[in-house]
Amino acid sequence: MEIFDVFLLEAVLNGILLGGLLALLSLGLNLIFGVIDVVWICYAEMIMIGMYAVYALHVQQHWPLLAAMAGGIAIVALLGALMHQLVIRPVLAAEPINQLLVTGGMLFFLQAAATLAFGIEFKNLGVKMTPIAIGEMSFSAPRLIAFAVAVAGVAATYLFLTRTYVGTAIRAISQDRQIMPLMGVNPGRIFTITSALGGALAGLGGCLLVLQYDIHPAIGLSFGPITFLICVLGGLGNMLGGLIAAFIFAQFISVGGFFFHIEWGYVIAFVFFIAVMFWRPQGLLGGKTR
Amino acid sequence: MLSLRNVSAGYGSFQALFGVSLEVRAGESVAVIGPNGAGKTTLLRVISKLIDASSGEMTMEGVRLNTVPAHEVIARGIAHVPENRRLFPRLSVEENLRMGAFLPAARARFAERLRFVYSLFPRMEERRAQPAGTLSGGEQQMCAIGRALMSGPKLLLLDEPSAGLAPVVVQSIFALVKRICAEGYTVLIVEQNIRQVLKVVDRAYLLETGRIKSSGSSAELLGSDEIRRAYLGI
Repeated sequence: MEIFDVFLLEAVLNGILLGGLLALLSLGLNLIFGVIDVVWICYAEMIMIGMYAVYALHVQQHWPLLAAMAGGIAIVALLGALMHQLVIRPVLAAEPINQLLVTGGMLFFLQAAATLAFGIEFKNLGVKMTPIAIGEMSFSAPRLIAFAVAVAGVAATYLFLTRTYVGTAIRAISQDRQIMPLMGVNPGRIFTITSALGGALAGLGGCLLVLQYDIHPAIGLSFGPITFLICVLGGLGNMLGGLIAAFIFAQFISVGGFFFHIEWGYVIAFVFFIAVMFWRPQGLLGGKTR
Repeated sequence: MLSLRNVSAGYGSFQALFGVSLEVRAGESVAVIGPNGAGKTTLLRVISKLIDASSGEMTMEGVRLNTVPAHEVIARGIAHVPENRRLFPRLSVEENLRMGAFLPAARARFAERLRFVYSLFPRMEERRAQPAGTLSGGEQQMCAIGRALMSGPKLLLLDEPSAGLAPVVVQSIFALVKRICAEGYTVLIVEQNIRQVLKVVDRAYLLETGRIKSSGSSAELLGSDEIRRAYLGI
């Protein structure tokens, strides 16, 4: 019985570690939706591009790992800004279904671009880290790093949004877009900055995932749906709701997987999601409270 | 300071302003009065470039405004307190004021102007951390005016500051407008509450169905038969 408890505790702690990472992944998507009112269906593919960017800079160009990661974040931030300028801006006033279609189209575009550039073989950084043992429990080092960096990323985003002029404008523009020019704010510029920030968060997520997983062009599909469901569960566009939902979801996956089988963890999490959608279709913290 | 010559504007095929000319000189307080739907709000929105003038000339301190994009108007010294206040409801009072100081030149003087706004409206300092959406109507109007003052404007555009407020609050808002004029700001105010606003401003224009019908000093307009009969009900 005693050993059982330790492993349960390990599952709970691993769930918390996973929750931090999922919180980071959902934050960028939520931020963009909350501010620009467009869902980037291709968000996970931007994370995938971030993973490939780190791989290309570190393994192919022999940059030091941290420099490659900084480069990867910058590349995806630029991709986010370009995405807004070239793809989203022309359809800003269009029907939501058309906006979904263009970002959905970007999903396939990015997958195809990654396949052309890197092929369909699995790639990895070849970074090996030994698991960290605490008592009878063991934790993977990349997961611990991912958790710490993700929490720091979320905190830095929070500070940026609450303590700076541009961050305050990002929150203000989602509340009243039309009068922003009266404050001297160019709404188009704020949208581009928000998209770049969302891209940078995707890039950071890519840096953390590439430490744990092999990269292939369709890897976005393995965490894209979860990221999206977390945002919906928390209340789409509600960043605090997304953070809470990420930790709830991660516990279902981790503890559910502990009691049954790892795949069952996902099944239980999705059943929970569906149940919540019947009870609160607007999400846990839905309705626009930010 | 601000000058409009033959300005026309509208929304799509609907024309709201027909050849409006007006002048606001430095240090003056000027009102544009008139009934609902006369085009008063449209006039202010044209000046701050939220909508484009279809014809006519606008200048601020001799510089042409027509081609200035909306988000650069405030840098020319024009701050606009919009109709219905339009605060950011989920930002705190102080964050709303910070948005008013978004311009780089205003950021540098944020602390100083914040002190000034708080001295003008001590109530805002008490409620600085509260979401603006939870303020009463009169407090929201103070916050909206404070937000506009944070940019350090030369000209303040006020759109119906008394709209939707209880009569006793309306009194205090007009007292406040008077104080702001006394502080040396140049004010262009749009109002339906004609009797009250004429007590506060130096001059006024009467706007009806998109055209300037008459103009003059407040005393002249208060004494004019036309205005007394049509708007003051005497």
